[in-house]
Amino acid sequence: MNIPEHAAKALLEDAGIPVPAGIVADSPQGAARAAARLGPVMVKAQIPAGGRGKSGGVQPASTPAEAHAVARSLLGSRISRHRVTGVLVEERVPVAQELYAAVLNHPAGPARRVVLSERGGVDIEETARTDPGSIRTLDIDPRTGLRPEAARRLVARTGVDAVAPAVADVLVRMDRLHRDSDAQLLEINPLAITDAGDMVALDCKLVIDAAAAARRPSLAAVAAPEPLTELEQAARDLGLQFVELDGEVGVLANGAGLTMTTMDVIVHLGGRPANFLEIGGDAYTKARPALEIVLAQRGLRSLVVNFCGAFARTDVMVDGLTEAWLELQPDVPAFFTIDGTGAAEARRMLEERLGLEPYPTMDQAITAALRADGRGAP
Amino acid sequence: MIVRGHERVLVQGITGRQATYWTARMQDYGTRVVAGVSPRKAGITHCGVPVFGSVREAAEHVPLDVSVLFVPPLSVKPAALDSVAAGVPKLVILTEHVPVRDTMHVIAAARKAGTEVVGPNTAGLVTPGESSVGFMPAFDPSIFRPGRVGVVSRSGSLGTLACLNIVRAGLGQSAFIGIGGDPVLGTRTRAALEVLERDKRTEAVVLIGEIGGDMEEDAAGYLPQMSKPVVAFVAGRASPPDRRMGHAGAIFQGDRGSYSSKRQALEGAGAVVLDTPSSIGPALLAMEKSDGIR
Repeated sequence: MNIPEHAAKALLEDAGIPVPAGIVADSPQGAARAAARLGPVMVKAQIPAGGRGKSGGVQPASTPAEAHAVARSLLGSRISRHRVTGVLVEERVPVAQELYAAVLNHPAGPARRVVLSERGGVDIEETARTDPGSIRTLDIDPRTGLRPEAARRLVARTGVDAVAPAVADVLVRMDRLHRDSDAQLLEINPLAITDAGDMVALDCKLVIDAAAAARRPSLAAVAAPEPLTELEQAARDLGLQFVELDGEVGVLANGAGLTMTTMDVIVHLGGRPANFLEIGGDAYTKARPALEIVLAQRGLRSLVVNFCGAFARTDVMVDGLTEAWLELQPDVPAFFTIDGTGAAEARRMLEERLGLEPYPTMDQAITAALRADGRGAP
Repeated sequence: MIVRGHERVLVQGITGRQATYWTARMQDYGTRVVAGVSPRKAGITHCGVPVFGSVREAAEHVPLDVSVLFVPPLSVKPAALDSVAAGVPKLVILTEHVPVRDTMHVIAAARKAGTEVVGPNTAGLVTPGESSVGFMPAFDPSIFRPGRVGVVSRSGSLGTLACLNIVRAGLGQSAFIGIGGDPVLGTRTRAALEVLERDKRTEAVVLIGEIGGDMEEDAAGYLPQMSKPVVAFVAGRASPPDRRMGHAGAIFQGDRGSYSSKRQALEGAGAVVLDTPSSIGPALLAMEKSDGIR
């Protein structure tokens, strides 16, 4: 879950980390009014995407009229996959130095990792290429927090000196916010040191672990909506993992790994998958809604059904699928592979109800599916 | 992390519907299930074994080697810490959607206590002919049979397919290690490879990876130290960036965690990387000719 910049900054402020004065606007008039109150401002598109500055999503405005014009050009536009529905109008801060600071989950530890660099304002990946020596990290026991002494030692390893205690204080507060919000990533870039020697978080990226949504309802409520297609949203509402792609071969499989692999082998054999749709895990009883979703896609020429049951029982999946198939009577040809838990019963049901026999391997089923849509191997 | 036939298994959350079904499958297979835990149903007998209120209580009555968790996501942390405190040497966490913060806490506590953790979000462990812990179809002879190939997989469904292809080639498995589909795991790919390298019965390894994270790249760093050949398949070549593909760990941005990064790392380290899982059997048989695996 991505938390929009303005909401993340409200959380920073609550955590005692200073942010510039700012006002969210959803109209050019609102942006102009905000600029009239704040003076010279930055107008920032509220989208959860990296490289926002490079794609023109952040622009300065010196007067309310300029803020109006910038907001008008940004609102309603698209930056990468995201539609801009709001802008953050923020006071401009005189900056002496820009740092990079982040707290993230480090899977190889596993540990919470604090990252600090004197090179703020640029992508950390770019810094990793150009000046890796400027990046300092500290891994901390996930059961405890970052201790002030440890934060001070980390800061002491950088070139920051005059304001070192203030930077260390920000890191301790960031670590606490990361932990208390079940974050995957809390990044302040740049973390500015002003001419007056104060710390200000100029930009903030906060990503929350979706698995923790249930116990972080206030964060889930402000999370940016994912840019899903209508069909993807419908699938999400049904509890199904579905990603729409632009090919012609529909995919219905169980388990994330097997579903991705079905797509991979379709491409390997010269076809193009229409979607990712898995009904493994808790969703293995949802064959019917899954079939409806996959068939609702336009331009489908064939359907590959690939079941290899472990936890997901193939007999339960095929039972639901064949019942739904008889009712919906789709005119798309389907090509099955069935192995694993419940396979003997599942194969019998497929034969009895649809008169179909599964292919011995996924590659054979896919080859036949590609032939059905007139392409692929002869 | 290879499960052995003599190891005594405790099932946490044993009275749930799925736990009941899979405990019976495990018992049919010969797994030594000796006790269960269900805080609200302590004192009853379920699936033929005594049910206790906590792992600590169970451990006072029965020696335990492995605890397998069939508990809801937000109960995993207290349940796992109960096992760690009771001194159970191995934990297998099957649950999907465990908050990463909880996973990290559990792994840190387990390391301190010397407990091994597999998962979360794993389909479990199988040692054909000996024991099955979790929900892999160990009972299906077309998928699992004793042999010399060690399998490590992030995915349960794809791991099942890999095992099917091994048996189709006339081979069998020395061990299946399902490590799980989450971004943070107790046993990462590299640690599983280290276990299979040490295992005397394993002569070749099938590594099933997927996009996201750096586990395959990390594992590639260990391959040059291995004496056993590795055949790999990495799922997600056709997946778009920035989209989570089912598993919480299956997402990549730019080159980080991408298919090409993983394939390059594994091939560079000497693994045979396949375009389709159907080639697993033929690839192993080709090695059998040159390296003598059975």
